[in-house]
Amino acid sequence: MTITKAATHVTQNEALVFERSQTGRRGYRLPALDVEETALDELLPAELRREDDLEGVPELSEPDVVRHFTRISTWNYNIDLGLYPLGSCTMKYNSRLNERVARIPGFAALHPLAPEEDAQGALEVMYELQRHLAEITGLPGVSLQPAAGAHGELTGVMMIRAALDARDGTSSDEAQRRKVMLIPDSAHGTNPASAHLSGFTVKTIRSTPEGLTDLDNLRELCASGDVAGLMLTNPNTCGIFERNIKEICAVVHEAGGLVYMDGANMNALVGVARPGDMGVDVIHLNLHKTFSTPHGGGGPGSGPCCCTAELEPFLPVPRVTSGGETGDTRFALEYDRPQSVGRVKAFYGNFGMHLRALAYILTHGNEGLREATEAAVLNARFIAAGLADTFDSPFDSPPMHECLFTDKRQSRKGVHTLDIAKRLIDYGFHPMTIYFPLIVSGAMLIEPTESVGRAELQQFVDAMKEIAREAVEDADTVLNAPHTTRIGRLDEAAAARKPVLRWRPAERAAGA
Amino acid sequence: MANVPEGLYYSKDHEWLRVEGETGTVGITDHAQHSLGDVVYVELPKAGESFEAHATFGSVESVKAVSELFLPVAGEVTEVNETLGDEPEKVNNDPYGEGWMLKLKLAKRGEVDSLLSAAEYEDFIKADGE
Repeated sequence: MTITKAATHVTQNEALVFERSQTGRRGYRLPALDVEETALDELLPAELRREDDLEGVPELSEPDVVRHFTRISTWNYNIDLGLYPLGSCTMKYNSRLNERVARIPGFAALHPLAPEEDAQGALEVMYELQRHLAEITGLPGVSLQPAAGAHGELTGVMMIRAALDARDGTSSDEAQRRKVMLIPDSAHGTNPASAHLSGFTVKTIRSTPEGLTDLDNLRELCASGDVAGLMLTNPNTCGIFERNIKEICAVVHEAGGLVYMDGANMNALVGVARPGDMGVDVIHLNLHKTFSTPHGGGGPGSGPCCCTAELEPFLPVPRVTSGGETGDTRFALEYDRPQSVGRVKAFYGNFGMHLRALAYILTHGNEGLREATEAAVLNARFIAAGLADTFDSPFDSPPMHECLFTDKRQSRKGVHTLDIAKRLIDYGFHPMTIYFPLIVSGAMLIEPTESVGRAELQQFVDAMKEIAREAVEDADTVLNAPHTTRIGRLDEAAAARKPVLRWRPAERAAGA
Repeated sequence: MANVPEGLYYSKDHEWLRVEGETGTVGITDHAQHSLGDVVYVELPKAGESFEAHATFGSVESVKAVSELFLPVAGEVTEVNETLGDEPEKVNNDPYGEGWMLKLKLAKRGEVDSLLSAAEYEDFIKADGE
C-alpha cells in the first residue's frame, strides 16, 4: 500500500555550523565608543587571553544562525508533530495554556532568594500543588524538590533508610541496619541504582507467567529476614496492574519493611485509584509524564515525593507549609525538621514545572483527570485489540495505559523488534519503546496516552499491520528501514564501538 | 540454531566454562551473544578479585541493553581478556574462542558438577525458547 504519513521529513542536508562559517560574517555591529578606550591589558591580564584569533569559532550573521538551527529543528520528531508512543515514558501533549501560565512575569521573573513575604504567590502555587498531589496519591506528605523521576526514587529510598533507622534505633549501627531492598525483575533500571546509592543490597523478585510479581517468591524473600523494603511499579512495566498490591504491601509490612512505589505509570491511575489506599508508604510522581510538563529535550523533569504521615518527618527540607491565617506570611518555608533527609535540590525544585502541573490539574478538574486516565487506558487497549492478531503478546492480562508485544512471530522471518521500530519511522511515527522490559524477549512497549484520537490510533494500528505484512512479503524493506529520513539505517554497533565524538578529531588532536 | 560445543560446562545464565586442571575459562554462549545482539562494551573485573558462584562479575552492553554477567563457579580471577576493550565484537564473532572473558583459579573443583552439559544446555535453551 502507499504509505500514508502522519508527518513528512525534511530532507535538506545541512552543514555543521562550523562548516557554514564565512570570514567576516557577523551578527552585530557596536556603535562607536562614547567613552575613553581602556587598554585591554588593564582589564584582563595577557595570560588569561586567547592568542589564537578564536580559531574554530564560526563567523555567521544572525539569519545564518537562525536558519541553521531552524532547519535542524525540523529534523526532530516531537510531541507537537504526532504520536510519540514510547512505553513507560508517557509522552503526552504539553498544553499551550500551561506554557502561558509558566511565563506569567510575576512567576517567571521571581528571584529564588526573594524573601518569603515577597514570594507568597509562588509558595501558594507549591502548597496548592502539594495538596492536589496528596489527594491524587492518597499520601499526605509531599515534597516538590526532586528534579526528576530517578531523583524522586532516590529521595524516597533515602526516606525509607532514615525511617527504618529511626524506628529500629540503627542510625549509627551499620551492622544492625536492615539492608535488603526487593525489586521485581521487570523494574526500571533506575530502581536498583537508587537502592544501591542509598546503601541497600538488591534482591530480585521473579515475575509470574502472567507478568505479575510472584507472591510466593516475595514471601520466601521476606522470610529470609533483613528486608528494608520493596520498590514496585504499578501498573508494572509490562503494563499490567498488580492486582495483589494490597497483599504485596501487607507481606512487606509484616516483614518490617516499607513499600516504595515507582510512579512512572501513574497515568493509568490518576483519579481512579490511589497508591496510599493500596498500602504504599512512599511514591514519586513524574510531573513530566503524568502531569504533562515537557518530557525529553532536557525538560527539565520534576519528581515530587509523596508519603504517609508516618514518613512525613523524613521528607526533604525546606517544606512549604501554610499557617492557615491570611497576611504576608501565610505560606512559609520550614527548615526545622530534625529527622529530615535534608535538602536534595538547590532552592525548591523545578518551580516552572510546578506551575505547569498545577495548571494541568486545575484545568482538568477531578472529572477531567479521571477521564484522561480512562482515555489513556482505552487508547492502549484499542491498540492492543487492533494488533492482537498480528503480533505476539507475552501475557494474557488486559493492559492498562500501555500494551506489550514481541517480535516472536516476525523474527521467524528474520525481522526483529529493532527493524519494526525503524520501519515505523517511515510511516511517520516515533518508534515505541523497544527491548524493555528486559524480561520480555524482543519487547515492544506501546503507550499512546490520552492525547491521540481514534483516527490516529487506527493509523498507527494500520502502520504496524502493514509492517507485519512487509516482514513476510518484502522483508528487505523492513530490514533496511528507514527509507524516507535524511539518512538511512545507522550502524548502531559501530557507532557505540568506535564513536566519533569530536569535529575534525585528527587535526584538533595534532594541534593540541 | 545456536552453537553448543561439547566438552564445556554451561550455566542457566548462559555462561560457559572450560576446565583445564585447576583453571577455568569463562565466556558467554553463542545463544547469549545472539540474544544480546551486537555487543558494544564489556565490563570485566580485575585479576586477583575473588567471586562466589553465581556472583555478578561484570556486565555486557549491547545495542539493546546492559546485562549482568554471572560467574558459573567460585574462584579467583587470574586473567581477563583485555582485548575486548577495543574489540567487543569478538564476543559476537567467536564467543567460545577469542571472545573469552576471564580465566580463574577454581575454588571448588566439585562445583562444576552442578553445571549443565552441552546436551543439557541445548535442551534448556530449546525449552526457554518455547
